[in-house]
Amino acid sequence: MFKRTCLAGLRQSQRLSTLRHSNALSTLAIIEHQNGTVQPATLTAITAATKLGGSIHALLAGSGTKELADKVAKIAGVEKVLFVDNAAYDRGLPESWAPMLVENVRKGGYTHVLCAHSAFGKNMLPRAAALLDVMQVSDIVGIEGEDTFTRPIYAGNAIATIQTSDKIKLVTVRGTAYDPAETEGGSGTVEAASDPEAASSTTWKSEALSKSERPELSGAARIVSGGRGVKDKENFDKLIIPLADALGAAVGASRAAVDSGYADNSLQVGQTGKVVAPELYIAVGISGAIQHLAGMKDSKVIGAINKDGDAPIFQIADVGLVADLFNAVPELTKKVQA
Amino acid sequence: MSKLRILCATKRVLDYALKPRVNKANTGIDLTGQKQSMNPFCEIGIEEAIRIREKHKDRVEDVLAVSAGPPKSQDTLRTAMAMGADRGTLVEISENDTLEPLTVAKILKAVAEGEKSNIIFLGKQSIDDDCNQTGQMLAGLLGWSQATCASEVKIDGDKVTVTREVDGGTEVLETELPIVITTDLRLNQPRFASLPNIMKAKKKPLEKKKLADFGIEISQRFKTLKVVEPPVRKGGDKVENVDAMVAKLKELKVL
Repeated sequence: MFKRTCLAGLRQSQRLSTLRHSNALSTLAIIEHQNGTVQPATLTAITAATKLGGSIHALLAGSGTKELADKVAKIAGVEKVLFVDNAAYDRGLPESWAPMLVENVRKGGYTHVLCAHSAFGKNMLPRAAALLDVMQVSDIVGIEGEDTFTRPIYAGNAIATIQTSDKIKLVTVRGTAYDPAETEGGSGTVEAASDPEAASSTTWKSEALSKSERPELSGAARIVSGGRGVKDKENFDKLIIPLADALGAAVGASRAAVDSGYADNSLQVGQTGKVVAPELYIAVGISGAIQHLAGMKDSKVIGAINKDGDAPIFQIADVGLVADLFNAVPELTKKVQA
Repeated sequence: MSKLRILCATKRVLDYALKPRVNKANTGIDLTGQKQSMNPFCEIGIEEAIRIREKHKDRVEDVLAVSAGPPKSQDTLRTAMAMGADRGTLVEISENDTLEPLTVAKILKAVAEGEKSNIIFLGKQSIDDDCNQTGQMLAGLLGWSQATCASEVKIDGDKVTVTREVDGGTEVLETELPIVITTDLRLNQPRFASLPNIMKAKKKPLEKKKLADFGIEISQRFKTLKVVEPPVRKGGDKVENVDAMVAKLKELKVL
């Protein structure tokens, strides 16, 4: 709901700012990719770039990016793709990424740099901002003009409109704030970017990513989340996961459920976890602390099952069921499958 | 093997348990008379520093807590000292001034250089402005390694191994001192300060500095045009049973 209000306001203000600034404004959008595919959150940042107006260039770095650059050139709105084909950038280490970005921003004379507010963007962009001696505008949900943005503060309990006086605007974009850009239809040119080959003082050793056949949490159209009320990991696996599978939904969890070991860290929805905005969010055994609400309250429809009728989750749920989840969830799973 | 000189950055913010209220003029959050506490992620940074000392007794020379803010921020430093920090440095600004992450990073750089720190802990973000920038900016200004959103920190000689939380799981980084580390929630469970330790903390040294001592001026890049409440969700519709829930979800076209 919030997303829509924002967008409506946006379209209007955008028209104005595009008219006023289209000559000088140029944006560099940072492309995140994994296994030869552009990350969905990146496409959202490109949509945000189109709202700013002006030219849009895309930057990607890592091994094999020369091939991927042709794909990126097809993203609607991208005029030019800059790529750095160098394995040194594969792990997104900010110690080498930030100087490379800074060099290309200076060289291209960009007024804006946009990146998804992802683990990578949050880690790298502020370092680049410091090297450029500019502030960063974090986690924007709206663009009011070329220098004016809206962003949630206090865990989403307030929305601030801020204007920056920095000449170069470094911005991270909330993944759920805009629709992703089309990956076909564009006809950008492809060019090698500068590679200062800054050595990283940090070495990447290993990763442990949770493997799942279910949809990825941040991009899922439906999410079923479990909280403390689920009581233990066995129940989580027995109740939450079948319901999610029946709905073709991603699995999420509250911080309480994650801290108690019912679910993996990477499934946490909330201020300190992922921020999601699916079509349908079903909260099971989740009371609805502000920490959690900050991560899911922009969902289109929220369903809640909780035995405590006074739980705060019911104040925002579109469909609330006061019931014992141990009876209600299996019944719901069965009825959804039917 | 170098001695460890640990710096912990702390910020005083509206207590996490309180619901922030937008002020009548729509210019910010009303903080008058509201309880303020140490940012939860900063507490985790202090706790980790203290645990490092407990583990590497002879190596840790100093654990310094630093805060930049109005005079009241010294309460936060006393809390840090009650938890186990050796001393505190308050970089004082007036009640009406605002510090942005870039300025804070510049202040911390100056303090860290003066103190010859080689490990700096910051929270991954403060729960008021939700920026998640200061640690990364500081590492960039110092030219040090950075490890953000840390859920595990191991120090072995001059080698530092950090597990960090990323989208979809965790990754492990290896580097050498010096390093800037920002803390995630899962790094540890901060201890409570005991009453005797709170009393002792009152006698620990607290140094007060001004921005001018570091040759830094308040530079405000951002102007807050307005602060509003988020659009209110109209919820609260309850149904009787699972059948009614399914029917309602179908009616809303999400099933």
